[in-house]
Amino acid sequence: MKALEEHVASMLAPEPAPAEPGKGRHMVLNMGPQHPSTHGVLRVLIELEGETVRKAAPDIGYLHTGIEKQFEAGTWLQGVVLTDRVDYLANLSNNLVYALAVEKLMQLEMPARVQWMRVMLAELQRIESHLVWLGTHALDIGAMSVFFYCFREREEILRIKEMFSGQRMMTSYIRPGGLALEPPRGWEKRVGKFIRDFPDKVDEYDDLLERNPVWLERTKGVGFISVEDMLDLGVTGPMLRAAGVKLDVRKNTPYSSYEKFDFEMAVRTENDVFARYRVRLQEMRESAKIVTQALEGMPEGPWQADAPKMLLPDREKMKTQMEALIYHFKLVTEGYRVPAGEAYQAIESPRGEIAYYVVSNGTSHPYRVHMRTPSFGNLQGLGPMIEGTLIADTIAAMGSMDFVLGDVDR
Amino acid sequence: MLHDWLGPGWSGFHAMNFFLLSLIKSGIVAFVLLTTLAYLQWAERKILAHVQIRVGPRRVGPHGLLQPLADVIKLMTKEDMIPSHVSKLLYLFAPFLAVSMALIPIAVIPFGGQVEVFGVKTWMQLTDLNVGVLFILAVTSVGVYGVALAGWSSNNKYALLGGLRSSAQMISYELPVALALAAPLLLVNTLSLRHIVEGQAGFYLGFIPRWSVFQGPWPQIFSFFLFLIAAFAETNRVPFDLPEAENELVAGFHVEYSSMKFAAFFMAEYANILTACCVGTLVFLGGWQPLLPDSLGGQFIPSIVFGLGGAISIFHGLNPARKLDRYTLPAFGVIFLGIAALFLIPILQAILLPLFWFAAKVGVLLFVFIWVRGTLPRFRYDQLMRFAWTVMFPIAMVNLLITGLLVALTS
Repeated sequence: MKALEEHVASMLAPEPAPAEPGKGRHMVLNMGPQHPSTHGVLRVLIELEGETVRKAAPDIGYLHTGIEKQFEAGTWLQGVVLTDRVDYLANLSNNLVYALAVEKLMQLEMPARVQWMRVMLAELQRIESHLVWLGTHALDIGAMSVFFYCFREREEILRIKEMFSGQRMMTSYIRPGGLALEPPRGWEKRVGKFIRDFPDKVDEYDDLLERNPVWLERTKGVGFISVEDMLDLGVTGPMLRAAGVKLDVRKNTPYSSYEKFDFEMAVRTENDVFARYRVRLQEMRESAKIVTQALEGMPEGPWQADAPKMLLPDREKMKTQMEALIYHFKLVTEGYRVPAGEAYQAIESPRGEIAYYVVSNGTSHPYRVHMRTPSFGNLQGLGPMIEGTLIADTIAAMGSMDFVLGDVDR
Repeated sequence: MLHDWLGPGWSGFHAMNFFLLSLIKSGIVAFVLLTTLAYLQWAERKILAHVQIRVGPRRVGPHGLLQPLADVIKLMTKEDMIPSHVSKLLYLFAPFLAVSMALIPIAVIPFGGQVEVFGVKTWMQLTDLNVGVLFILAVTSVGVYGVALAGWSSNNKYALLGGLRSSAQMISYELPVALALAAPLLLVNTLSLRHIVEGQAGFYLGFIPRWSVFQGPWPQIFSFFLFLIAAFAETNRVPFDLPEAENELVAGFHVEYSSMKFAAFFMAEYANILTACCVGTLVFLGGWQPLLPDSLGGQFIPSIVFGLGGAISIFHGLNPARKLDRYTLPAFGVIFLGIAALFLIPILQAILLPLFWFAAKVGVLLFVFIWVRGTLPRFRYDQLMRFAWTVMFPIAMVNLLITGLLVALTS
């Protein structure tokens, strides 16, 4: 924080008299925390010379809710609802990584159906998140209508999520030990219909934007940042892949049986806003492929692990067997205990590499839960990306990063 | 004195007649103009909504038809706030300047030819300046001051940037507009808008209208599109809406304005669009000249259009998509059929047909303005400038030279 404070102080300090009249006169523009294009409450201090950005310093923390600390106050299960609220546009990914981390500590192996179900939901989540990104990014650049088309498709995914969990956004559907509820009747039909129609819709967006000269002018060659800077700053996800770095946790260190799915890693080399656009659109198509595969090859089996010490017993058993009743009582009043130890689990969220580091001291409450969130890492690239460009490029570059402020500040 | 001024042919009665007539015409034009501006905004919201798979305003009145009225009431009753950090005089003067300069051009725009109402002959135009085109160009350029002053006097960084962008943009695009307008003027050889339209009367081969866009020796199709593109920039519309780009500059030059002062800028923007469409119609699309000659049934086109509109409305009213449509759409259908019938009355045709053609052409251009807003993203500032100086300007220049050469050779 000290570096930022010094940076901000140096920007606000009265500047020395210009050597020549009209030269070296800069204006400090305080963009945000309330600004239509900062996608939440991000403040960016921008030093302008005319319309050119000379210096930029993102200032975060306006959405800090202390989620990491809140984890310690609740049980392991109660933590799940907090993960929903970290990255509210990709809540199932957050559910998944938390569940995987806790399961790692408990050394639980999930049944095949659970793993495939989780993959399918995570990919639907990726599509949903990318749809929101595409809509808002296009809106930032001035193409209003794409926003509404994207939200039409997103609405269907939200309905599917509601069908599964009863909630549209804060689903808490993927939990340590399996899924929250049994998958509802008829979900195959609903998801199948959506995923059959979806590739055509992506082509529709592509038609609207990819061959649109204004869109190309605004996005090509804009928002460049060197690969070395990206790796140093911890940028991950589509931004890194748009620079030609083949890094995708799903491929490199598969989890939840991703290795059984056949999909391509979307990679481009141009490293500009347009490349990021292409990568994300390609990812939507690949996600649709994964969902189709999951749908076709969904294994039969239980939707929860066989872990009576962790999961609520069957209602029928609870009423007839004393053992089950005791487990039920203990789980409801105190929660399950997780063996002492620590675990680190990373997955590929729509925004990049998301990782949870969970520490247990053997009680029913987490000792510490720390997150490595992709938005935070990606946002660090903002300064180098926009210095020396125009204000309009700042907006395009910010949109191409696809950060969620809840994910940055947590 | 009045006698001397008006010349020997004028009697007192004629002078009275002239003033009374002008007053009535001004009243009608002002009323129609302001209503059109209000409903232009309604049309924009509706069309944009349907482009974007929404339905648009529906609450106030049937199909939201009273929405403009509600908006006016809302804007008038909002607190009229003057921020403490503004330069007060210019801050208050800017919206006034913008809106008045945007409303003035309607005075020289003709809507039709000469008509006779109750034995009085008059032109469907408030006044015919012999330099009408120049007058419109001059007045609309003064409107830039409104935007620039608003940006500066607001003492706000976003407003300043918006004002700067706007002045640079409007001054740059003034040139392509002027050059694009100059070429068709060479064909008709006059600056009076009425004579420009009269010069486009008639048909080639009996069915191709002699509008400037089709007129020989060099059809002005290029300069029409140049004019249209430049008009988008002049009126700060998407894809050239940089001065008020809400995603970059929040609201641009009018970020510090509220209540009626904001409404004034809003009205100025729409009035400018209307003026641009009117000028485009008059200079390039033959004003009130019909698309088809009467020999091919050109006088029945309005009836057919409105009749079809009425039939479609009634059909959808009988198969309503929403509950309310069951009552509103048949009502609209009947109104449309009534209008269609009006166009068949021979006495009214002389007045209504020119008005229909003029309004239809302006309407099509307005629709293009709204349609583009729903389709295109926004240019960047430097791209916009580069486009004006390296693309539009040379093409307009070459077009002007070719036109001049061919006119000189053929005359």
